[in-house]
Order: sequence, then structure tokens, then C-alpha cells
Amino acid sequence: MTTAAATVGAALSVRGLVKRFGDHEVLSGIDLDVPAGAVTCLVGPSGSGKSTLLRCMAFLEEASAGTVLVGGEPLGFVDTPEGRRRLPAARIRAVRSGIGMVFQQFNLWPHMTALGNVAAALRVVRRLERAEAEARAMAQLRTVGLEGRAGHYPSQLSGGQQQRVAIARALALEPRLMLFDEPTSSLDPELTGEVLNVMRRLAADGMTMVVVSHEIGFAASVGQQVAFLDGGRILLRGTPQEVFRKPRHPRLDQFLDTYLDRGAAMLV
Amino acid sequence: MLDPSFIVAQLPAVLGAAAVTAWIWAASAILGVAGGVGIALARRFGPRPVDLALKFSIEMVRGSPFLVQLFLLYYGGPYVGLSLDPVPAGLLALTVYGAAYYSEIIRGGFAAVPPGHVEAAACLGFTHAQTLLRVEIPEVAAVVLPALVNMTILLLKETAVLSVITVPELTMAISAIGSESYRFVEALFLLALFYWGLVEGCGVLGRFAEARLARFGVAAP
Repeated sequence: MTTAAATVGAALSVRGLVKRFGDHEVLSGIDLDVPAGAVTCLVGPSGSGKSTLLRCMAFLEEASAGTVLVGGEPLGFVDTPEGRRRLPAARIRAVRSGIGMVFQQFNLWPHMTALGNVAAALRVVRRLERAEAEARAMAQLRTVGLEGRAGHYPSQLSGGQQQRVAIARALALEPRLMLFDEPTSSLDPELTGEVLNVMRRLAADGMTMVVVSHEIGFAASVGQQVAFLDGGRILLRGTPQEVFRKPRHPRLDQFLDTYLDRGAAMLV
Repeated sequence: MLDPSFIVAQLPAVLGAAAVTAWIWAASAILGVAGGVGIALARRFGPRPVDLALKFSIEMVRGSPFLVQLFLLYYGGPYVGLSLDPVPAGLLALTVYGAAYYSEIIRGGFAAVPPGHVEAAACLGFTHAQTLLRVEIPEVAAVVLPALVNMTILLLKETAVLSVITVPELTMAISAIGSESYRFVEALFLLALFYWGLVEGCGVLGRFAEARLARFGVAAP
């Protein structure tokens, strides 16, 4: 891998990304291009840095070094001859609103209905009229199959429904890129399916997605690109066939061996 | 024996004092909550010296009896050029006392907002102010409401202390009736009845607010 300039056409490019928490280096120089219109899956053992990498892509963590480009626009910091400079907050917000983020813990706002959660950014950030914002929010709820739950508060929804509302909320501002941080890890298997189905449909519609997931089966079947992280580095990267093909990298084999869902990966 | 007719005869005189108690209580609670919110926000978003100064002041207020604070303000104030009449002095002391406790309750409420809820807003491009207004404050309000009601009830009972600096409130009025008539049992019974009525009124308001917030599913268990 080279640290060349970002690939043209990449929805998101990460170059030389380093993240340290105190003395502990979580990411040790990550280079990754996320091609537009494709699904990129980040897999790897706990502590490999995959969630931290995703959070850096959303600027929820500030990288210690390196750059993140979203559609060619630097996110958070820009490298200048005098060193790294932090971009103004308004620039950061503008780039961020082109990214939709979905969390493991859903993070819906409990004091707003499903519709209110989805409409909030349209009202607050886009400053749309209530009727217009709610009409658009309703359309997003329809795409995740929850228009019938619009008036429910998060506490009245199942985990799977909450996560689908969270996806609708992230889609509300029509982002070009969706980031998923272990979106099904806090759901039981029965509810996992409905969330993965929504994600499959999004992928089929050509949404650019980066997914951190333990769902190796999803990564293998939906991902066009898989990156296997270990110890803060991308150890393997390629199509699912290339990454999961036997003979596998011994570290990946070891990871899959300890994995409950390895049956799914064996299908590849 | 308890003499009901004596109690009835005292009612008109006591009602005026009850009104004084009620308005000082309401004013100190409203100003105290406002001050508490201000302190909590200043500590959260202000520079570190401000946080430390406020933290120290709150420790001072919470670490001493209200009676001592009231005496310090009322009798000590003139030494530093702060001469207040009983009612303003009482109101100020009670507000400061309330604000110290309210601010700690509200600070705890902010700590109870899951960081992910704030991150979700940030990812959608909310500014800090928008996140505070639309996400944090509504969540904090639901979480802290029961504790705020509780503290407001405690504040009512501290208004009785204002009698020592001759604020013409309930306890003062009824002590006077007791000393004049030597009917202390009836007088104290009446006193307890009035405080109980005021606390119940506050409780009704609190339960109404809690019921409105309970549907969010975020009210404290």
C-alpha cells in the first residue's frame, strides 16, 4: 500500500491515519479508500481498532495524525506547510452532514417520537418548516418499513425497530456516505435480520457504506471490499473472495476459528 | 385537649403569614433553579478557574447549616457593606442555598445523558448550542425532575429558619400566637397543617410534570 494522494472517485479516503489514546496507539497508519456506491466492511478482533477507525471517519474521534477526506473535502484537519490545522467548526459540520452515522446503541433521543427523531435534523440543521420536515421524515420511515410507528417513542419500540429508526434518522439529510458501527451487536439474532435487510436494501440502491460488523456473513455477501484489521493495521484488504479465500492468512484463520459465526464465512 | 375553635379563630392572621412563606418559597425555588442551571452550565462550558471557584462555593454552602449562612448574611453582611432587610436577606440566602443544591442535581443530570446521544446530534451537524437545547436539556429535565421536586420540598422547610431574622412568615406568626395564648399544641398543629398543605401542592405539580415526562420513558425509575 502506498501513501499516494487520495484515489479519484473515492467517497472517503483515509491516509496515514494514526490514533493514540495516551501512550496507547490504537491505529498505526491506516490507508483506505472507500469506493463510491460500494459497501466496505471492517472486520477484526476486539481492540483491533476497527470502531476507532470508523469513529475517526465521522470525526467522533480526532486522529492524532493523518487525514480523512470525504468526497475530496478534508474532515476536521487540513495539512498545511506549517503543520496540521484544525478547520473551523462550520466547515466540519458541513462535511459531517454528508455522512450518516449509525451506532451500536442506536442513540435515539428518548424525548422525541420516531418521527421527531428523523425530522429533528431537517428542522434544526436544514431549517425546514415542520410540515415539510415531517413529510420527508415520514418518507424515510417508510424506507425502513416503520411509517406505522411514527408516533412511538423509542422506549415503545423493539431494538430492531429502534435501529431502523436510527438508520432513517441518519438518512434524513440524504448523506452520500453511511457509517455503521456494529449496528446489530446489541440485538438478538431474530432482530438482527430486519436491520441487515434494511442495510442490504440500502446497498442495493447504491449507497456508499462502511460497516464495522461481527456479521461475517453480511460482510462476505454484501461487502464489495473487506478490510481485516489487527493491532491497529489493515492486515488484509480486498474483495470478500480474496480475503476469505483459502488458504487464509493465519491471523484471519485464528480470528475466524474463535468466531461463533464462522459457519457463514465458510460459505464463501 | 385540642381546641378546634381556637384554630379557626387564628386562621385569618395565619393566612397572611402563609402567603409570605409561599411567595418566598416559590421565588427562591424559581430563582434557585435558574441559578442552579446557570451554575451547572458555567461549570460545564466555562473555563477551569470558574468551575473550581463554583465548586468551592457550592461545597461551602452544602457544608454548613442554613441557619449559619443566614446569620452570616444578615448579621455579617453589614460589615462588608451589605445591609439587607429581613425579607430580601432571607430570600437571597434561601436562593443561594437552593441554587447550590439544584446545580449539583442538574450537573448529575447532564452526566446521565449518554454521550452517544450527543454524538448522534454532532454527526447530523447540530451545533453545540442546538445539541444543548434540543437534546441535552430535555433529557436532563426528565431525569432530574424528581430530585428537583424533592429539593424544592426541602427548601420549603428551610423557610421556617427565616423566622430567626424576623421574616413575618408562618413559623414566626404561629410562634407568636403560641407565646401569647400559651396554646402551643394547637399553634404547632396548625403550623404543621399549613406546611403539609404547601408540600402537597408542590407534590401535585411535580407529579403532573412527571406524568407528562414519563411517556418519554426517560424519567428516573
